[in-house]
Amino acid sequence: MLKNNYLEISQVGIEFPTSGEPFRALQNVNLAIAKGEFISLIGHSGCGKSTVLNIVAGLYSATEGGVILQGREVDEPGPDRAVVFQNHALMPWLTVYQNVELAVKCVFKKTKSKIEIREWIEHNLSLVHMDHAIDKLPGELSGGMKQRVGIARCLAMQPKVLLMDEPFGALDALTRAHLQDSLMEIQQQLGNTVIMITHDVDEAVLLSDRIVMMTNGPAASIGEVLSIDLPRPRNRVVLADDPEFNHYRQQVLRFLYEKQKNPADRKATAA
Amino acid sequence: MSATPMPKTALPKTIQFRELLSVATLRLLIDKIIKMLALPGLGILVFLFLWQLLANNIITSLGQFPGPSQVWEQSKSLVSEHQRERNKETAFYERQEIRNAKKIVADPNAVVKIRSYTGKATFLDQIVTSLLTVAFGFMVATLVAVPLGILCGLSESLYRAVNPIIQTFKPVSPLAWLPLVTMVVSALYISDDPMFDKAFLTSAFTVALCCLWPTVVNTIVGVASIDRDLINVSRVLRLGSLVHIQKIVIPSAIPLIFTGLRLSLATGWMVLIAAEMLAQNPGLGKFIWDEFQNGSSNSLGRIMVAVLAIGIIGFILDSLMLALQKYLSWDKQATLR
Repeated sequence: MLKNNYLEISQVGIEFPTSGEPFRALQNVNLAIAKGEFISLIGHSGCGKSTVLNIVAGLYSATEGGVILQGREVDEPGPDRAVVFQNHALMPWLTVYQNVELAVKCVFKKTKSKIEIREWIEHNLSLVHMDHAIDKLPGELSGGMKQRVGIARCLAMQPKVLLMDEPFGALDALTRAHLQDSLMEIQQQLGNTVIMITHDVDEAVLLSDRIVMMTNGPAASIGEVLSIDLPRPRNRVVLADDPEFNHYRQQVLRFLYEKQKNPADRKATAA
Repeated sequence: MSATPMPKTALPKTIQFRELLSVATLRLLIDKIIKMLALPGLGILVFLFLWQLLANNIITSLGQFPGPSQVWEQSKSLVSEHQRERNKETAFYERQEIRNAKKIVADPNAVVKIRSYTGKATFLDQIVTSLLTVAFGFMVATLVAVPLGILCGLSESLYRAVNPIIQTFKPVSPLAWLPLVTMVVSALYISDDPMFDKAFLTSAFTVALCCLWPTVVNTIVGVASIDRDLINVSRVLRLGSLVHIQKIVIPSAIPLIFTGLRLSLATGWMVLIAAEMLAQNPGLGKFIWDEFQNGSSNSLGRIMVAVLAIGIIGFILDSLMLALQKYLSWDKQATLR
């Protein structure tokens, strides 16, 4: 098997039923992802980035084409494809520990002892620097902290692919930077395969091995794929002045603002 | 010389500060007292005054409409009647015991009969009966309504199938159900040694039929409006249906389930009084009806006592539910009222 064929999205298209004609959101989406690769999906809002992610997660099923993960077709959601949601999606009635525990027990109930489970939860919370708030309820945490717990919950499931749906979109710039650094560090350490949706160009260039740029919908598809060959570990401050980094940024910006003008802008100029 | 004034000026300052602090806390305390006691107290006083004013101007065939003072007199007499009745009861059992003991002394093989006291049910007895009935009816309704609501909330198809039935039965008055329930209980509940009185079951099931709906409807809404992300988390984790309901659905829906339960209990309590009145089943409703039929000069006062008792008990029941909701709710910051 080719190294690149860890996760394969082939000929994926999807239609959503509406009251009139069915709405075609995606068409001919093809992408092969290697183990340990960090992929960003970028595009204007409404272009179907989230739909791609949801199909990989198994939360939506594709109308045509399919997703193959390690030689097996994806046909339902499962803990091997953990999803980090934009708004953390923590159970507000469970403590930080219990939230992670719910996921860990689903995955490791048969293979880990009680003590191992406890240690594993604590280990994952310390990975995201949340071991100090283990018995707090989500309502007592800031947005960034909640998202850290959300990430810990997914890491603790040891997924084959970590799916992140605009994980830092709801956070302020400083918190976002902290979390991006944490994520880079963890990914470096654990070698997770990650698909992340973003609309932040800097975030995409800083974190990714490849940036997948999507065309505007309806019937959106993959426009271009850009490989980011910057050495790791990457430092945001150093890279801010790096010509290569800025060149990558420019390529993404050019795709987004010249080749694929924002559909909202296009309407505005037409009017 | 120049260094000495320092402590002199510093000392009054601290005192001033402390005084300021105590004035502030005192003001807060006064504020609290006004909010918690004075305002409700004022409201009650105004109400009593208006009541007395109106009562003085209404003359019925059973005499003047009772004002607060007559009602207070009647409530005292109802309590003393209850005590008298209890004394009679203990006296009855004492006499019976002595009689039986004598019998056994005279003839060791004698068969002694133990009869239970059959005195008139007092106002307080009727309150207890009503409370037990509403508790039983409400419990039956909850046991049906919450699971039904959860199932309908989870399954759109089931909801579509069941909703017309819910909407049809929801507005039905308890009095319409009562004859049917009475006949069905008489027909189906046949036992030589019945655990419950038939009248008790009739009232309780009528209550249950009427107080089912608010809980069903609110539970459906609560379950159907669970955050999509949380449902997706559950799907990703592949939680089984029971775990999903236990860990995600019930905690999410608990605020609305409780809203439903509180509405149901209030409805149940109202329905019960009507049912007892119509069916002559023991309870506060029967007490009111009996007093009305009795038609003495005290009757209206005694009915008014019952009216107030019904209101206050309803208020207490709701407060108990609110306390339970606060205890069970995970969101301790939420203002519940």
